[in-house]
Amino acid sequence: MPKPASDYLVAQALDKSYHKGQHPVPVLRGVDVRINKGEFLSIVGQSGSGKSTLLHLLGLLDLPDLGRVMLQGSRIDDLPSATRDELRNRVFGFVFQFYHLLPELTLLENVLAPLMIRCSAMEYWRRRREFHDSASEMIEQVGLSHRVRHRPSELSGGEMQRAAIARALVGRPEVLLADEPTGNLDAHTGGEIMALLTKLNADQQLTIVMVTHDDSIAGQAERIVRLREGRLQSLDEAA
Amino acid sequence: MYKLLLSSRYLRTRFIALASIVSVMLGVATMIVVNSVMSGFSAQMRDRIHGILADLMVETLSTDGEGLPEELIEEIHRIAGDYIAAVTPTVEIYGMMSFHFYGQEIYRPVTLIGIDPEGKDLVSPLRQYLRSRQERQDGPRTRPAEVALSQPLDWNLSPSARAIRNEWVQLEAMRARYSEQYVSPASGETTDFDAEFEPATDFAANPFDQAPASAQDHEPIDPSQPQPARLYVGEGLVSYPDPAPDGTARQAYMVAPGQDVSITTIKQGKPEPVSFKATVVDLFKSGMAEYDSSLVFCSLEHLQKFRGMMAPPSRQPLHAGSTQAEMDAWEAAGRDWQANRNLDWRDGKFTTLQIRLKDYRDAPVVTDLLRRGLDFRRFQVKTWEQKQGPLLEAVEIESAILNVLLFLIITVAGFGILAIFYMIVVEKTRDIGILKALGASSRGVMSIFLGYGLALGVVGSGVGVALGLVFVRYINEVESFVSWVLGHKVFDEQIYYFREIPTAVHPMMVVWVALGAVLIAVLASVLPARRAAALHPVQALRYE
Repeated sequence: MPKPASDYLVAQALDKSYHKGQHPVPVLRGVDVRINKGEFLSIVGQSGSGKSTLLHLLGLLDLPDLGRVMLQGSRIDDLPSATRDELRNRVFGFVFQFYHLLPELTLLENVLAPLMIRCSAMEYWRRRREFHDSASEMIEQVGLSHRVRHRPSELSGGEMQRAAIARALVGRPEVLLADEPTGNLDAHTGGEIMALLTKLNADQQLTIVMVTHDDSIAGQAERIVRLREGRLQSLDEAA
Repeated sequence: MYKLLLSSRYLRTRFIALASIVSVMLGVATMIVVNSVMSGFSAQMRDRIHGILADLMVETLSTDGEGLPEELIEEIHRIAGDYIAAVTPTVEIYGMMSFHFYGQEIYRPVTLIGIDPEGKDLVSPLRQYLRSRQERQDGPRTRPAEVALSQPLDWNLSPSARAIRNEWVQLEAMRARYSEQYVSPASGETTDFDAEFEPATDFAANPFDQAPASAQDHEPIDPSQPQPARLYVGEGLVSYPDPAPDGTARQAYMVAPGQDVSITTIKQGKPEPVSFKATVVDLFKSGMAEYDSSLVFCSLEHLQKFRGMMAPPSRQPLHAGSTQAEMDAWEAAGRDWQANRNLDWRDGKFTTLQIRLKDYRDAPVVTDLLRRGLDFRRFQVKTWEQKQGPLLEAVEIESAILNVLLFLIITVAGFGILAIFYMIVVEKTRDIGILKALGASSRGVMSIFLGYGLALGVVGSGVGVALGLVFVRYINEVESFVSWVLGHKVFDEQIYYFREIPTAVHPMMVVWVALGAVLIAVLASVLPARRAAALHPVQALRYE
């Protein structure tokens, strides 16, 4: 598989600490990560190693104390918040361990949510056909066509995670950021999810950054980055 | 788009939010009902005051009044004729009314208003308050009006009043004979004006007090004929509620139309009392207790004469060359004067001119014109609202205070919304994090909750408006139901003078109440919405 030589998404010397009372608790201490376009990267680490925080920083959900995040060579972490919101909506897709679907909405509406957020009410109304079609297509890809009108509470864990993936991908993002996508699922269902992710990466050249504590899951990615106590430990080529 | 979807979804799925909708709804409904009833009451009251008074009043500064009413009327027409529909002179003076009732002499302080029925008819709708022109509830039966409402105001006795008079005259005669037997003649002083004949009166002041002694002889007084002076008496002056055994009370009357009463008032210019007898032609009930228990309308020319506000027929014709015809005419005039007949208010003085405008909205303009045009040392110009200022103001203030209090109820509902929204924001913390992760801006998240508040306000006040309007529409049915449940009358006609609860719905009032409620709902959601917007996405996502 040909890989573009340029670094697509780059984290440079990221520092991040949280405050517990008076004392700062360092989470990341100068982390450098380079992600190529179309790559499937796993970030592995134990609980508290800062891997989720790294993912949040990459996806602009949080801002680093020091260092910077670059997308295609330009810095994105110091952009105004409206632009960062826009980037989150268009460039990144998020998948979480606990699925995080909106309980009041049906599966279809959940999948449509990023598109609703992207457009004004007027524009959404004009293009609702188009949006519905692409959402349905995405739901079909994750194999949930029979569940379109169901509420999240009526879905199983695996179904919910697949719905979350459909939601993350409906806006055609460049990068999928997955935070322990299998962490809450049994081995079999987790395997299904991993197969889906691998397939997406292979078929659509989707750049995937996945965080996990499970080495066997991480092993399914092309490349693995290991974090320990906020520092990058080693780079393994999985392939 | 997601904002609308989520707002409406939250509205439909959060039952706790219904609590705040209900509180907004009840507040709005209460405000509409109370405002409608209050403005109904006040509109009725204004109607009634307006009906007794007139649009504008030109009052003389002295209670002695001013002469030449026609000249002043002409001048008023010259100043503001374009706006004026009718003008009528009146005399207003305090007095006392007395009558016999079950062997007692009953005295009532009254305000006497001398009116010319034709003129008064043009100025205010007094005739609709007269009892003979109203349908009356007499026990279970409804009596039709005795005199058609369309008939112009006059001083004639109705047929039933005439019948009552004939009966009453006989009773009076019997009473007089009876009291003569037991009361010594010396103390049997009479208040009959015609008998109060004093030959020693100054000739120049009143030549006809010394009129031919035969005047009374060839004019025998027929007691069944009504007195020349006629009255409309306020119902409250001569009636009292008579409790029946079954607990209800009906009005009992001490004086009926057709009977005579004595009126005592003061003469002009000097503090000297004057008494005369007058026949009650009709009773009136305007619904304003203040008027119904103090006003007596009297025939203007007689009030003028008895108060000395009218000059006797001129002695001018009596000179050496007077013809016999002139002498006869003068003598006839003298006899009429003596017998209080054919008097004309145009020869007398007045204290107030009542003016009816073509359009009451012109009142400020006309008031201004008249104030500038008339001699301010002699006349003052007032609208009926200014004359009743304190009462109307009290009602206004009462309604303003009530509105403030009721609005506080809606504000309380607003705090309810605030608390519930805070709860919902806390509950929805993770969802807010998700939305932010999906690219929703802080403003977008904020507008979800503002929209939610707006939706609550709109639904609450919409249902409240509907509920309030339905309640107002069926308020009398509600009242009779509540009366039935409680077992006693909630809205007593005897107390409030209204057969039904008066209501008036002003569309602007409804709009303002609804808008106010919506505004409060939105304001109450600002704080929770800001809190939601300020949530940090990562912390929100971690929130369990």
